[in-house]
Amino acid sequence: MNTETTKKSTPYTVPIGPVHPALKEPVMFTFQMEGEIVKSVDFAPGNTHRGIEWMGMRRNPVQIVHLTDRICGICGIVHSLSFARAVEQIAEIEVPPRADYIRTILHELERMQSHILWAGVAAHELGFDSLLYLSWRVREQSMDLIENLTGNRVNYGIVQVGGVRRDISDEQLPIIEQGLSYYRGLLDQMKTVFLDDSTIRMRCRDHGLLSYRDAQLLCAIGPTARASGVAMDVRHDYPYCAYGDLNVHPVIPPQEFGGPHGDVYDRIIVRLLELAQSIDIIQQCLDNMPAGEILWEKKIPKLLSVLKKAHGEAIGRVEAPRGECMHYVRMDGNDAPATWKVKASSYSNLMSWIPMLKGEQLADVPIIVASIDPCMSCTDRVTVIQNGSAADLTKEDLTRLSRDKTRRLSQC
Amino acid sequence: MKLTKSFNRSLWVFHLNTGSCNGCEIEIVATICPRYDPERFGIKLVGSPKHADVLLVTGPVTKKMAAKVRRVYEQVPDPKLVMCIGTCGQSGGVFYDSYNLDGPIDQVLPVDVYVPGCPPRPEAIVYGVVKALEKLERLEAAQ
Repeated sequence: MNTETTKKSTPYTVPIGPVHPALKEPVMFTFQMEGEIVKSVDFAPGNTHRGIEWMGMRRNPVQIVHLTDRICGICGIVHSLSFARAVEQIAEIEVPPRADYIRTILHELERMQSHILWAGVAAHELGFDSLLYLSWRVREQSMDLIENLTGNRVNYGIVQVGGVRRDISDEQLPIIEQGLSYYRGLLDQMKTVFLDDSTIRMRCRDHGLLSYRDAQLLCAIGPTARASGVAMDVRHDYPYCAYGDLNVHPVIPPQEFGGPHGDVYDRIIVRLLELAQSIDIIQQCLDNMPAGEILWEKKIPKLLSVLKKAHGEAIGRVEAPRGECMHYVRMDGNDAPATWKVKASSYSNLMSWIPMLKGEQLADVPIIVASIDPCMSCTDRVTVIQNGSAADLTKEDLTRLSRDKTRRLSQC
Repeated sequence: MKLTKSFNRSLWVFHLNTGSCNGCEIEIVATICPRYDPERFGIKLVGSPKHADVLLVTGPVTKKMAAKVRRVYEQVPDPKLVMCIGTCGQSGGVFYDSYNLDGPIDQVLPVDVYVPGCPPRPEAIVYGVVKALEKLERLEAAQ
C-alpha cells in the first residue's frame, strides 16, 4: 500500500461494543484512531434502559423502594436510600436514630464491597487476572457480612420509607467487628499489591488524565473528581443519615503519593483509602450506636395512608461508591409519585471519558474506561428517535426541553 | 453434531447482558472466582461468543438489545446451550410492565436452563451449569 492511500484512510474508525468482554454492560464506543493513538472518541449508552422511572410513577412508594434496589445491582442501598430520604422529607417522617446508624453501616459495607469489586475489575482490565481473583476472594467476606445483616447478597431490600426492615442484634455485633478486623489486616497488603507494583504503576500513572479544571467543567463526582483534587463528598458537604455525628472527610490523593494528578493511579489510591475510611466509619457507628426503634411506622397500610396524603417535592442526595446519587420526587396526594427522577452517579462521570481517552493508546482504553467505575444500568436514558434515526439534540434543544418540563411540573 | 468426550469437562460460557441491573453480572463473576471455583469442572468465562458452548443471558431484553442478542446467539457454534440467569429474564420480574422490553428471554432465544433468583446465588448458578451439562449428556446419549 502506498503512503497516499494510508494517509487517506487515517484516522480510521474502530468501533467497540455494545457487547464486548471488557465491561460487563453493553455500551458502544467509536474511536477515531491514528495508528495506536486515540484521536477522538464517541460513545452511545442506552442499551439497558428499562424505563424504571415510568414504572415507578405507577406504583406506591413502598413498592418503589424495592424497584430502586434493581436500578443497579452493585449500589442497591444507595438508590433505595436516596429515594426513601426524598419521600421522608416530603411526608415529614422522622427516621429513628438507630435506623440512621444501621443505614450508615450498610451504606459503608456496600462501599467496601463495591471498591474491592472495582479493584478486581481494574486488575482484570490490566491483564492482571490473579489479582482479580485475590481481590474477589477478599470481597466475599463483605458479602457474607451484608448477607448476615440483610439476608441477601445483592439487592438487599433493607431500606424502608421511615427506617430499615431489619435490626442489628447483639449477636451480630461481634461478626461485624470480626469482619472489620479482617479488612484492617488486609489494608496494608492491598496497598502494597496495588500501589507498589511496578506494572500497575507503569500502566496507570499519567494515563487517563482528568485535570482539576476538566473535572469541574464536566461536573465529575465521587472518586473520579476526588482523584483530580476536587474535595467533594456528599457525606461531608451535606451530611445525611448518621454522617453528621461522624468524622468524615473527602479523600484526596495524599502528598506521600505526590498529591492529586488526576490519573488512573490516583483513582486506585482514592478507592483504597476510602476502603480504610469505610472501616473507620463503621467502627464509629458501632461505638455510638443508639438504642430504640428501627421504623417510623411498622404497619405498611398506615405508612401508605400517610404517604398518600403527602404533598410537595424533595431531593434525596446520597454519596454512592461512584459519586453523588440524587432522586427527585414530587408527590401530589396520590398513591404514586407525580414525578420521580433519578440522577445516578455514573451519569455525571461518563463525559469525563472524552478528555481521558484522547491521546491514549488503544491498549489503555479498557482500564481508562473502567477507571471511573461506570455503571450503565443506573445511567441509561431513552434515545430520541426522529424519522427512524437517532436525533442529535443540541444544547439549545435540551435547554428548551428542560424549561418545558419545569413549566409542566409547576402547573400541576 | 457429535459431542466429543472432552466437551463434558470443558464447558466454556459467554456472558451476555441484555439490560440487567448488574446484580446477576457481579454474581456471575463472583461465581467464577476462588470461593466457588467452577474452573475445577472446566467451566470458564470467555471473552467471545465464538469460543463459547453456553450462553449466560441476564436481564429482561430491552428493545435496543434484542437484535444484538440474536446476533450473539448465532455466533455461538453448535452444539450450544442458553442459560437464563435471574428472574427478570424469565418473566420480566420487577420490570414486567416496562415499555422498553422485547423479552422475557424465551421470546427471543430458545432457553435450555432457567436459574431463578433476583439475583441467583453463586451456588444456584453453578447448579444451573451442572444441569446444562446433564442436558448435553442426554443429547449425546440420544444421538
